[in-house]
Amino acid sequence: MAAYLDDYLAVGVIIVAGFVLAGGMLGVNRLMRPRVAAREKLLTYESGVDPVGEGWSQSTVRYYVYAFLYVIFAVDAVFLFPWAVVLEDIGRAAAVEMGIFIGILVVGLVYAWRKGVLSWTS
Amino acid sequence: MAEVIDALLRCVAVVAVFMVFPLVVGQMEHKAMAHMQSRVGPMKAGGFHGWAQLVADGVKFVQKESIVPTAADRKVFELAPAVALVPYLLAMLAIPLGPFFGQGNLIGQDLDLGLFFVLAAMSVGVLGTLMGGLGSGNKYSYIGGMRVAAQLMSYELPMVLAAASVAMAAGTLSLVGIANEWEPWWLVAQLPGMVVFFVAGLAELQRPPFDAPLADAELVMGPLTEYGGMRFAMFLLAEYAGIVVLAALTTVLYLGGWAGPFSDDIGWLWTLVKVMAVSFLVIWARVAYPRLREDQVNSLAWKVLVPVALAQITLTTVLVVA
Repeated sequence: MAAYLDDYLAVGVIIVAGFVLAGGMLGVNRLMRPRVAAREKLLTYESGVDPVGEGWSQSTVRYYVYAFLYVIFAVDAVFLFPWAVVLEDIGRAAAVEMGIFIGILVVGLVYAWRKGVLSWTS
Repeated sequence: MAEVIDALLRCVAVVAVFMVFPLVVGQMEHKAMAHMQSRVGPMKAGGFHGWAQLVADGVKFVQKESIVPTAADRKVFELAPAVALVPYLLAMLAIPLGPFFGQGNLIGQDLDLGLFFVLAAMSVGVLGTLMGGLGSGNKYSYIGGMRVAAQLMSYELPMVLAAASVAMAAGTLSLVGIANEWEPWWLVAQLPGMVVFFVAGLAELQRPPFDAPLADAELVMGPLTEYGGMRFAMFLLAEYAGIVVLAALTTVLYLGGWAGPFSDDIGWLWTLVKVMAVSFLVIWARVAYPRLREDQVNSLAWKVLVPVALAQITLTTVLVVA
């Protein structure tokens, strides 16, 4: 267990290094940059005209549907990795089990496809 | 204590690679794109063929004023570039370069969950762009952010499925282990997976032809519209670091990593050559293909790449079990 965690010591160090790197880049920038106050600079960019309304708005439902599809399949993808490692040892039984699991998901994908969820315009 | 110093040194090396390789790829993009388009590209900076152009760009970026629009969600806006950049640094830690003159494998740290770790880190990187898009308080950024989210979710799946297929064939998740198990006939058996992985990787990096979220002709710069100066530079560096990580991962998973003549001594050189070749492909794709429309982006993922990746998994299962 200790040896296993030793592997991840470097991961901890690199995470700290990442923060130091990002902080350093922004820190150097903070030391070297000019500061010229002007209210117009802080306006939202809208191709040169004064911004109208807010940056938030309603959006097409398609994006939501893709998110839903992804959640269904992401679960499958996570289970694939531990299975992939032991596939050769367990052999056919493992292959059949994963076949059933993926088969159910494929039915879901085919259903979404037939329902027209995957097309932008129906 | 010795372990800590050891880990520290390796991390310094990884940071050095992280700061240099993306610049090399960036310079290659300047020059390769220019010559493909009958131009010469940058010629002045540094004297010889503009080799110092990106260094000069960096010096310029450092001196730029930092502007946060009033409408932006300040904390999210300011944090986004770091979220985009740091994960690629983490990913590089686990990617092996190969044997170095018989001195063992050149790698930050061989993790037994390496493949999983790298894929996880890569998908966190995209969240930075999403944060920038939704935190800017800008309509262009917002639309770009929605597109980023859809693209991330559509392409994450085929990418992970294709990577799982290699893990199955190798029977391990360690990147060193996978490259050691690699055999030349995988080039054929894993070819569909390789294409899916590479295309999905391009899409996750929002590189052309999958740059619908940035789409400068319609969305100005998408999620990055409001960014300037150092924060913009960090997004830019993240993009090129992403190219390096994608190319290195494609090399290690599908092209055998350091496999090649005299690989015990100069294996690391083979890896570098392959990484540069794949990076060149990434650049070439930018020049060769027009941008995909938003609906084409998503239907390509779900209607082509996911079925192909599932077929690849089935094929690999049969090959491994039989």
